[in-house]
Amino acid sequence: MGSSVPQIEAIERAQFRKLPEFRVGDTIKVHYRIREGEKERIQIFQGVVIRKSRGGVGTTFCVRKVSYGIGVERVFPTHSPRIETIEVASRGQVRRSRLYYLRELEGKKARLKERTRVTTATPSVAPPAA
Amino acid sequence: MNTNIGLVGKKLGNTQLFNEDGTVTRVTAIQVGPCIVLAKRTEEKDGYTALVLGFGTKREKLVAKPQAGFFKKLGVPANRTIKELRVSAELSEKYTVGQVLKPSEVFTVGQKVDVSGKTRGRGFTGVMARWNFSGFPMTHGTHEYRRHGGSIGTNMTPGRTLPNVKMPGQYGNELVTILNLKVARVMDEEQIVLLEGAVPGAKNGIVTVRGAVKQRQAAQA
Repeated sequence: MGSSVPQIEAIERAQFRKLPEFRVGDTIKVHYRIREGEKERIQIFQGVVIRKSRGGVGTTFCVRKVSYGIGVERVFPTHSPRIETIEVASRGQVRRSRLYYLRELEGKKARLKERTRVTTATPSVAPPAA
Repeated sequence: MNTNIGLVGKKLGNTQLFNEDGTVTRVTAIQVGPCIVLAKRTEEKDGYTALVLGFGTKREKLVAKPQAGFFKKLGVPANRTIKELRVSAELSEKYTVGQVLKPSEVFTVGQKVDVSGKTRGRGFTGVMARWNFSGFPMTHGTHEYRRHGGSIGTNMTPGRTLPNVKMPGQYGNELVTILNLKVARVMDEEQIVLLEGAVPGAKNGIVTVRGAVKQRQAAQA
């Protein structure tokens, strides 16, 4: 949900990033710029999107991956300038918007069915309700 | 006393700005215009110097006749809010009656400002909400004494409750000034300023934004 105030809506809209559309259940690669001391480099975080939340410019999404047997979840601000780009690795078929049940599953059970019927790209940022 | 120039405006709401390094600045958007100089108060005539600013419009029907005459003489539609800002005589001279103040003429990015506004009215409120008292245990036999305040004074000496003890009463709907908010962005076209931090009052509340009293002001434009 964005702001209901048109002026604020405009300020937020100006900051929106144009990133590839992805959905909850998709496996994505987030190219994230991180700082190491003085140097800046790009780190790729690959995992399943288990949540998208909030609205407007403060929208975030949560990516879960299993790293060396340990589940890692990371929340990214969707419109952050630190996100270099996002790649969609595979599209998952899911029936709910919050995939918290994946936390209790591991190995083969934690797989998601591939979404085969990929609908034509809906805008990643939904237009505000009129 | 704050004698800095400022503007009268309307709180639009809060949002955030992304900085280049990915950190976020929380801001409040304020519609600060069009703000017009309606009149000047002068030492000779009124005993003090001030600028009279008008902001917003109201329906013709709601304008009192004497005020309607005042605005007609000026040739502008009647303003909803009229506010006097006490300023020094020198500052007053820089502005002319009828001038519409642009946000960028008054504010610069990074400048510190004070914002006054009426806080949301909460009505007659108990001590827990109003003064963050802890109240009493909800269980263990507490009888009709759960959200009360505790002791309000001593016995024989002084034999009365001292003034200004925190008790229930009207909370909110009072004029509050927040000092030293940083101006994050000045948008002339939209007549909006973004201020870092929170501002008193609800959305659409009338606020006064002016240069900070407790800061050395750079040469004002």
